[in-house]
Amino acid sequence: MLDTAPAVRTAPDRDDPGPARPRRRFRPGPYLLILPTVAVIAVLMFWPIVQIGIMSFQKVGTRQLRGEPAEQVGLDNFRTIVDDPFFWQTLRHTVLFAVVAVVLTMVVGTLIGLLLNKLGRRMANVVAGGVLVAWATPPVTAAIIFSWLFGSTGGLVNWTLDKLPDALVGGGWDDHNWFATPLSTYTVLTICVVWQACPFVAVSVLAGLKSVPSELYEAARVDGSSAWRSFWSITVPLLKPIFLLLIVMSIIWDFKVFTQLFIMSGLANRDAFNLSLYAYSEAFGSLNPKLGMGSAIAVVLTLLLLVVTAVYVRVMVRQGETR
Amino acid sequence: MKHRKLRAIGFNALGVIVFVAAVFPVFWMVSTAFKPDDEIFSTTPHPVPAHPTLDHFSSVLHDNVAEVSFWTYFRNSLGLALATVLVSGLLALLAATAVARFRFRFRTTFLIMLLVVQMVPLEALVIPLFLDLKKLELLNSLGGLVLVYIGFAVPFAILMLRGFVAAVPKELEEAAAIDGAGPVRVFFSVLLPLVAPGLVATSIFSFITAWNEFVFAFTFLDDQDKATLPMMMQYFFGHNGNAWGSIMAASTLLTLPVIVFFLAVQRRMVSGLTAGAVKG
Repeated sequence: MLDTAPAVRTAPDRDDPGPARPRRRFRPGPYLLILPTVAVIAVLMFWPIVQIGIMSFQKVGTRQLRGEPAEQVGLDNFRTIVDDPFFWQTLRHTVLFAVVAVVLTMVVGTLIGLLLNKLGRRMANVVAGGVLVAWATPPVTAAIIFSWLFGSTGGLVNWTLDKLPDALVGGGWDDHNWFATPLSTYTVLTICVVWQACPFVAVSVLAGLKSVPSELYEAARVDGSSAWRSFWSITVPLLKPIFLLLIVMSIIWDFKVFTQLFIMSGLANRDAFNLSLYAYSEAFGSLNPKLGMGSAIAVVLTLLLLVVTAVYVRVMVRQGETR
Repeated sequence: MKHRKLRAIGFNALGVIVFVAAVFPVFWMVSTAFKPDDEIFSTTPHPVPAHPTLDHFSSVLHDNVAEVSFWTYFRNSLGLALATVLVSGLLALLAATAVARFRFRFRTTFLIMLLVVQMVPLEALVIPLFLDLKKLELLNSLGGLVLVYIGFAVPFAILMLRGFVAAVPKELEEAAAIDGAGPVRVFFSVLLPLVAPGLVATSIFSFITAWNEFVFAFTFLDDQDKATLPMMMQYFFGHNGNAWGSIMAASTLLTLPVIVFFLAVQRRMVSGLTAGAVKG
């Protein structure tokens, strides 16, 4: 990236005549250019975050939607949540899903990235193109396609499992309902999300691998190092920043997964809720909307992600992304 | 030598497996969309339709979903996406120019803000934005939804565009300025044509953001004749759960444009998301 800094940086004040002249003339240009964006982000992102914070201490229901002032309830919303075993169940779902999905995404994505790096150019382009198709699929359609693949009648997965020897996979797959229990719902969700997310990891890892000088690997091979050893001693340390970034982004994406779960399992299936679905359902899911409760759950989700975000920003700043 | 050849075959075989696994769900969607019903529910699945039919597509395009025609959903989605692209493209171009061309106080703060904003769980913002739009009487209007989408699309668009602006040699602008062009003229005659490819890539990304979005549209829009394509899909799927042929035909119509656009710009998207992380 071109560094335009020297051209506009003011010269050192060698011949500064004194305090009468300001050291640098204020130029409104750049501020005017970013003003619309700052306004949009302030109104559409930062103010709503403040609002969730305020509302999490309020009761906001049907009467408030009609225009009555909100009722201050202090920590009541949070107390209700913490005392409710259902909240802990959704939190468990959220965390377990994120852990499994992130690990799988990283491992599968990295392996695909390594493979793309080993393939010839033509083959690599074909495979990369195919992998990108998965990435490009809209979340709503991805969820619907996987619901179809795992469908109980006519679904391809059940058919395949039914044809496989019973000794291997057990019997009775014929019209197995994958969306009957949270565990199997999340299995399908995990496959769907990992399918969509690992291309991004693969392509990023590939971009990173291309930047590692091949002499390093040759030298290691001459010294008798195995491929496994080379991966852990050369690739991983050199690509550490990009791995860190990918892990953080995956955690954030998987923690707040909503659309796919909403389509696959829906608001009626409370057993399979995660935190975002729980918050949404409290706020909008019934005839008795509890927007304050929903906000409190959203606050918990945001706080959890804030920790991860802090790591992300630190990495980005260290990488010089804000220079 | 023989060992190396075997290895190459092994890698290529793995490549084929990865390709098939990645493409298969989308292939299965398209293939189902072209199958007559008896093949869809046949006890022995056909990978490729034996008697391909356009019935499902024609029923999606001609029959109404929730009493609204496909073309209404399509028009709403397209309008939302285009409006998002236009406004967020303009905002992003201005801000990207500021960031790439000027040093100013709060520049780093601004960039950090863009990074942080991308990590905000958007789903958590549904509740307050719902109330805000309700107060402004913008709920249940495509205009209100465009506002929200602009907020989502702009931060990433700036981070992506600033690389393109920075890549335009400053000397070109200076030369134009020396020849007597004012800043506005320089912007339109020098900078804009040169960042146009970047602007196209960024626009496609913003387009996809708006085109794919589901949660906010679902929550904010009440009237079915204002609904978007993803909302149509959700309704269709929820109410005709077993009409897989038509569901897959509709999915195909929603998905294929995105995939085509996406393949066109993916290279730039990756660099926008992780730019710098591989600098070395």
